[in-house]
Amino acid sequence: MNGIVLKTEHLTMQFGGVVAVDDLNIEIPQGHITALIGPNGAGKTTAFNVITGGYMPTNGRVVFHDKVIGENHPRSKMKKIYNGSDRTTFHHQVVNTPDKITRLGMARTFQNIRLFKELSVFENVLIAKHCRIKAGMLSATFRLNHVEERTMREQTQELLKTVGLADLAREKASSLPYGKQRRLEIARALATSPSLLLLDEPAAGMNPKETEELAQFIKDIKDSFNLTVFLIEHHMNLVMDISDKIYVLDYGKTIAMGTPKEVQNDPAVIRAYLGVEDE
Amino acid sequence: MRRSRNTVLSVISAGVFLAILYMLNLNRAGNGMLISIMQKSAIFALVAVSMNLLNGFTGLFSLGQAGFMSIGAYTTAILLIPVQSLDGVYYMNGINPGIRALKVFLSALPPWFQSVYPFVALIIGALFAAVIASIVGVAVLRLKSDYLAIATLGLSEIIRALFSSPQLDGITNGSYGLNKIPAFPKMFGGLVPPIITPFIVSAVCITLIVLLIRSSYGRAFMAIREDEIAAEAMGISLFKHKSMSFIISSFFSALAGGMLAMYMRSIEAKTFSITLTYDILLIVVIGGIGSVTGSVLGAFLVTASKEWWLRFFDQPLELFGWDVPLFRTGFRMVIFSILLMMVVLIYRRGLMGTNEFSWDRIFGRFKWKRKKVQGGGS
Ligand SMILES: Nc1ncnc2c1ncn2[C@@H]1O[C@H](COP(=O)(O)OP(=O)(O)OP(=O)(O)O)[C@@H](O)[C@H]1O
Ligand SMILES: [Mg+2]
Repeated sequence: MNGIVLKTEHLTMQFGGVVAVDDLNIEIPQGHITALIGPNGAGKTTAFNVITGGYMPTNGRVVFHDKVIGENHPRSKMKKIYNGSDRTTFHHQVVNTPDKITRLGMARTFQNIRLFKELSVFENVLIAKHCRIKAGMLSATFRLNHVEERTMREQTQELLKTVGLADLAREKASSLPYGKQRRLEIARALATSPSLLLLDEPAAGMNPKETEELAQFIKDIKDSFNLTVFLIEHHMNLVMDISDKIYVLDYGKTIAMGTPKEVQNDPAVIRAYLGVEDE
Repeated sequence: MRRSRNTVLSVISAGVFLAILYMLNLNRAGNGMLISIMQKSAIFALVAVSMNLLNGFTGLFSLGQAGFMSIGAYTTAILLIPVQSLDGVYYMNGINPGIRALKVFLSALPPWFQSVYPFVALIIGALFAAVIASIVGVAVLRLKSDYLAIATLGLSEIIRALFSSPQLDGITNGSYGLNKIPAFPKMFGGLVPPIITPFIVSAVCITLIVLLIRSSYGRAFMAIREDEIAAEAMGISLFKHKSMSFIISSFFSALAGGMLAMYMRSIEAKTFSITLTYDILLIVVIGGIGSVTGSVLGAFLVTASKEWWLRFFDQPLELFGWDVPLFRTGFRMVIFSILLMMVVLIYRRGLMGTNEFSWDRIFGRFKWKRKKVQGGGS
C-alpha cells in the first residue's frame, strides 16, 4: 500500500483577476507527511478548499485514491481570463460537496478554528462520527440503533483519551484554551475516520513548547491511525522536523518542492520568504 | 440513584398534571375557559417546539409555520366535516364531487375505522404538509438566514392566498372558510376523554421531536446551527439534514394545525396569517431559542397571559369613583407587549436560554442557597 493518496493535476483556482492557485501539481504518497508552505496570501488555504470540495476549481483535477473527486475546465468567461497550461486537457466537470469528500476519507481542520462552540468537547467529536452512521433517521429516533449509538460514544471517549482531552469532555468547546481547541479540532477530524488528514496551520498561535508537542502528536496520530498527512504551516521548525516532502507556493505558483533540506537551500524560496528583489 | 429520583419525580409530575386534567374534565361545566386556554397552549406548544426544531436546533430562520399549519388544518377539516353537514358548509359554491364521493365512502366504513379516523385525518394533513415541504425545501433551503425567512414567509402567504382563492371553492370553500368541524375525539375507547386528547397528542409528538433531537441526527442539526462550513467538513450533508429538519418541522406544525381546526371548530384562511407565525415566534423567543421545555413553558405562559391573566386590563376600571382612562378593550395587548419587552430585556436569551428543565437544576439551586445560608451563620 505505497500508492498515491492524493494527486492534483494542473489545479488552478481563480477569483476574478486573482489566480490564487496556479497550476498546482502535487502527489502525496501513502503514509507521508507532506507540507505546503509559502508567504501570506500564497494560496495555501485556497488549495485546501479546492481539494476538499469547498470551491470548484477553475481548471484541473483532484484525484483521491485513484478516484477523480473534482475536475473542471475553464469555461465561458474563465476561458478568456485563464491562461494556464493544459487548458484543453480536462473535459469533464466533476463536482463533490465537502461532506461527500469527507465521507470518502478526507478530513480537515481550519486555519481560523471552527469548532461547534456552544457544544461540549464530547459532542464535538461525537457529531463527527455521524457521517459514518448506518441507522436511518427513524431508527435513530426510536433508538433502534442503541448498539451503534453506544459504540459511537465509546469510540468518542476512546479518541478523547488518545488525544488527551478526556478530562475536558464535558467542557464547552469555546471555553478551552487555544492550544486545546486546536487539538480538539484535530480530534474531531479524526473522528470521521479519515485516511488523509489536512491540517491548516495547526501550530498557529502556539508557543515553542506547544509546537514541539504538536509535532510529536502529529507523528503519533499518523502512526496510530494509519494516516497520510498534508499540512500548511508557518512554523519552519515544525515543518522541517516532520515533513517528508515540502511544496512551496508563492502568488499561487509552485516555486519549489523537495525534501526539507532541498527546500531550505533553494534560492527561490529564500527570495520569496525574505522578499529580496531580483537585481 | 439521582437518575431514578429524577425519573420518579418526572412520572409524579406528569401524573399530577394528568390528574388535574381528569378533574377538570369532571368539572368541565365551570372550567370552560381554563380548559380551552390549556388546550390552546398544548397545541401551540407543539407548533412552538416544531418551530424550535428548525430555528433553534438547526439554525434555519424560517417563518413558514402558519402556512404549514393551514395545510394541516384544511386537510383535517375537509376530511372530518360530517357528510350530512357538507351542504350547509359549502352552501355557496357546492363541494367538489370527488371529495364528496370519497367522504361518503369513508363514512360507510366500520366503527373501528371511525374511531381512529380523526387521527388518520391529522396524520394525512401532516403528511401532505411534509410532501409540500420536501418540494419547496429544494428551492428555499439554499437560502441563508434573512433570505430564508422572507422566502418562507412568502410561501406561507402564498398557501393562504391559494386556500382562499375562488378556484379552490369546491375544496376549501374559498373565502367562506370551513365550519362544522368535529371537536376533539376521545382516545382508547373513552379512556382518554375528548378534552384531554390534544394534551396526549401534543405530548406524544413533542416526545418524538425530543427523541429526534437527542439522536445522532439531532446532533447533526445542532452542528449545522453552530457552523455550517464545519458541519459540512465533518461529512454532514447540509441539504439532506436541513431538508429533514424542515420536513419534520412542517409535519408537526401541520399536525398541530389540524388540532387547531378541531379546537376552533371553524377555520378560514385569515386564521393563518402572519400574525399566527408571529405569535409562535414569540413563544419560541420567550421560552428560549433552542430549548424544548422553554417552548412548552412559553406556550402556556404566553397563551394564558394573553387570553386570561391580562383580561382584567380590558375591563373598565373605577378607582374611588375615578374612571381609569386606559382600561379599555385592547389595553391588555399593550400590557402584554410591555411584559414581553421586559422579559426579553431581563432574560436576553428567553426564559430558558438553550437549557432544558431538569430536576438536578432545581435541587442544585436549593442546595446552593442552603450552603450560602450556612456560610452566613458561621
Ligand atoms: N473566496 C475568495 N474570493 C476572492 N479571493 C479570495 C477568496 N479566497 C481567497 N482569496 C484570495 O486568494 C489569495 C490566497 O488566499 P489564501 O487564503 O489561500 O492564502 P494563504 O496562503 O492561505 O495565506 P495565509 O498564510 O495568510 O493563510 C489571496 O489573495 C486572497 O485574497
Ligand atoms: Mg491560509
